[in-house]
Amino acid sequence: MTLTIIRNADDLSARYDIAIVGAGPAGMAAATECARLGLAVVVFDENAEAGGQIYRAIERNTRAGRPYLGSDYGRGAGLWAAFCATAASHVPSAAVWSLEQQGEGAAALAELRVSVAGRSRIVLARRVVLATGATERPMPVRGWTLPGVMSVGAAQIALKASALLPEGPVVLTGSGPLLYLYADQVLAAGGTIDAILETTPRRNWLRAAPHVFSFLASPYAWKGLGLMLRVRRAVRVFRAVTALEITGKDRADGVTFMAGGKTVSLPARSVFLHQGVIPHANLANAAGCALAWNDRQKCFAPVVDGEGRSTRPAIFIAGDGNGIAGAVVAEFDGRIAGIAAGLEVLGAGSSEASRRFVRLRKRALRGRAFIDLAYQPALSFRAPAAGDVVACRCEEVSVGAIREAAALGVAGPNQLKTMLRCGMGPCQGRMCAATVTELLADAQQRHPADVGTYRLRPPIKPVPLCEIAALPHTSEAVYAVTGGHSGH
Amino acid sequence: MFRKIENPKDLVTIVVDGRELEVDATASVAAALLGAGMATVRRSVVTDQPRGPYCLMGICFECLVTIDGVQNRQACMVPVRDGMTISSQRGARTTQGGGR
Amino acid sequence: MRTLPDQEIVVVGGGLVGAAVAWGLARKGLAPLVLDGEDLSHRASRANFALVWVQGKGVGAPHYARWTIAAARRWPSFAADLLETSGIDVGLRQRGGFTFALAGSEMAMWTEEVGCVAEALGEDAPDHAVLDHAETARMVPAIGRDVVGAIYSPLDGDVNSLRLFRALHVGMLNLGAAYRPHSDVTEIVPKAGGFLLTGAWGEVLAGRVVLAAGNGNTRLAPMVGLSAPTLQSKGQILVTEKCAPFFPYTSTTLRQTDEGGVMIGDSQEADTSSIATDQDISSVLASRAVRTFPQLAAVNVLRSWSGFRVKTPDGLPIYECSSTHPGACLVMCHSGVTLAPNHAELVADAIVSRDTTLAGGLFPGGRFHVPQD
Repeated sequence: MTLTIIRNADDLSARYDIAIVGAGPAGMAAATECARLGLAVVVFDENAEAGGQIYRAIERNTRAGRPYLGSDYGRGAGLWAAFCATAASHVPSAAVWSLEQQGEGAAALAELRVSVAGRSRIVLARRVVLATGATERPMPVRGWTLPGVMSVGAAQIALKASALLPEGPVVLTGSGPLLYLYADQVLAAGGTIDAILETTPRRNWLRAAPHVFSFLASPYAWKGLGLMLRVRRAVRVFRAVTALEITGKDRADGVTFMAGGKTVSLPARSVFLHQGVIPHANLANAAGCALAWNDRQKCFAPVVDGEGRSTRPAIFIAGDGNGIAGAVVAEFDGRIAGIAAGLEVLGAGSSEASRRFVRLRKRALRGRAFIDLAYQPALSFRAPAAGDVVACRCEEVSVGAIREAAALGVAGPNQLKTMLRCGMGPCQGRMCAATVTELLADAQQRHPADVGTYRLRPPIKPVPLCEIAALPHTSEAVYAVTGGHSGH
Repeated sequence: MFRKIENPKDLVTIVVDGRELEVDATASVAAALLGAGMATVRRSVVTDQPRGPYCLMGICFECLVTIDGVQNRQACMVPVRDGMTISSQRGARTTQGGGR
Repeated sequence: MRTLPDQEIVVVGGGLVGAAVAWGLARKGLAPLVLDGEDLSHRASRANFALVWVQGKGVGAPHYARWTIAAARRWPSFAADLLETSGIDVGLRQRGGFTFALAGSEMAMWTEEVGCVAEALGEDAPDHAVLDHAETARMVPAIGRDVVGAIYSPLDGDVNSLRLFRALHVGMLNLGAAYRPHSDVTEIVPKAGGFLLTGAWGEVLAGRVVLAAGNGNTRLAPMVGLSAPTLQSKGQILVTEKCAPFFPYTSTTLRQTDEGGVMIGDSQEADTSSIATDQDISSVLASRAVRTFPQLAAVNVLRSWSGFRVKTPDGLPIYECSSTHPGACLVMCHSGVTLAPNHAELVADAIVSRDTTLAGGLFPGGRFHVPQD
């Protein structure tokens, strides 16, 4: 058996048992388990190659070729090889732009609209597993829209996929293990990092302390400490940084910040920002899956049960897309959700394999609480005070405008869109939703869970009118548009 | 803003704003532009500010460029192809031409 | 339960209708409190098409045609007043509007409608022209071959409805109104010569109350001796990415906002209570948009959107003061953008001066009462 690669909309079947969205660790694992059950499986992925962001370019990178990517990255090779050995279909460069559930309960069906190579198709599936992964939490600071500023995740993608090293002076800033992991990879590959500006508040360590024993028992701990020591020997590190801004006119040329009670300015040509990752749940949101606020991770995540079932019976959600837990957990999460979805299609009961993966997932989750709390980004970086900082990069809406609307009493993020166009651009809120929730919560002294987030609608990725127009016109839809007129 | 640490096995030729570039055949358009020293790929629609690739994973829509005549394509999601023509953008798209 | 200070007058609903009335009340020196719902309450104001539209309105109802024409003529000065009170330019453009027909039957229907209105209004009728394909193409060269013709009316136009919403809110607050979200009103009881308004948030005693809660009026109106029947009517639109200007006029089915995005509408579903958009409908909307303007084929859609119209059984507004509960009145309509100047000026002024005949008494809710045997 080998994986079938589909590159044209015409080669898609109209119907599959299982559709999986995302070919990262959760998606590949879910596909592998579903294929093992003998089901017809299709995996849609936006990227040109499987692997997701964590195992980016896993099809091309070998340990010998790019040793600086490290051993954790190597885990992806086995996962990918197993995925390749299945009878599933993999559709790369495919944007699933709409997901609707038809019917309810066990008979529910998922209807996906997907754009492949310039054409859209409707695909039905008995169950869908969303494995859409994570996005980096936005880190709105003054100057973050300047060319020369990217996210740390982006810089790491450039390294994994294209062997690109940053040119200096290079400054990394923010909060979270990725800063050090990326720095370590750059150093191992022969590059230079000029400074790391940690924005993690000092008091985080106190709040994380109760979870330290669980953390020490996790594989992260010793690996992470070793990595941190290596980086700190080679890179100037500033701790508890505040009042960060990126300077420059047409591109970044420096950073200015407060550290240790002093204002510091450094030259910088490459500035990389990162303050953790949050679930990329746009498709789940648009499909009507309930979301809930995770106060430890400071983000909204889809509500799922222990096997990944969302509040919509045809839709399962696995991996970081249902809450951040990293690649290893995502893989087990994908296996568990894949088996659960597959058994529902088969009308079969429980599985021994699944119980084993639940135990493995539990073990892999050790230390997560410590990491969440230790690296929780400061409120001043989640909900900035400076009015001129851009919050919505597409519509170019400032923090000040949002705070003014908050003071007028705007009821929430969706009314804010109406007020300011915030979140109405092509990124469809991906770059501002988290900031908007926290800004409104901060300004109106409400809990983020009550503030809520944008309610999204298809298409969740921009699609040309002609592609939408070419899909079938049902008689009900034609009537709704042309026959229902009674005045204007 | 970036430099390559490997010599690519296969190269393709792309044309960026009229300039020919030899780039890694496995690169995305965004990675090819960054590797060639282009940090700015467009000017923003609302206030005409310079913008460049930010996320490289299809999230931020900052790297929008015109590829082979199709406007507003995400440079980070499109692999390069030999002979591809890429132009930077300024302001809103036009409605002329550009059918995929 | 939290009780707010007693209020002279409360407006229930903070959409385009409620905010326009509150803006008008505040401009005349009252200090209304606007009680509004939640972020995700059903809000027609968020899903409107932003037209200032006269063409074809008032078939069989000349009083509605006249009311609409009056509003369209008031719009320029109203826009200036909004700018003065809020600092926000709502982008009024009254350059004329088209109704594009993609089939002969559509052309016949639109032609008959504008003809009926013109006949009923005589000299007061707004100008309109019935154009064939070639005549339409002379004014709008970008139209596609499938456009068989169009109705054109120079009085029609549009605004930026998002900025209109913000201008009304900022303006009413600047003029002395107060706004309170998360305050869905679930009960209204006459008390102490006024009304006690209650919700999960608490209660407030109001001397007078204006119901402007859209479809929510259906439930509230009977509590003060009024009637506000509505029919279910869901509309859906598509919104594209920003484009360089290509269509300087406006139309009932497609318009370009002053920010560049293209809005494509609209549909009507009478059989669903789900607020989610329907992607089958999106296909038909997209197809008609591309047939109307083929150059839009490659333009990306950024989202679909839907809302429930505030639709009475005859589609006309209801303006009425309660005879059984003096001090309570009802303002509701489908065309909250077009009619905004009338609500902010004529209706609000009548309420301020305690004139119980709103809009000439021509739009009572009682008109839907079925005579009892």
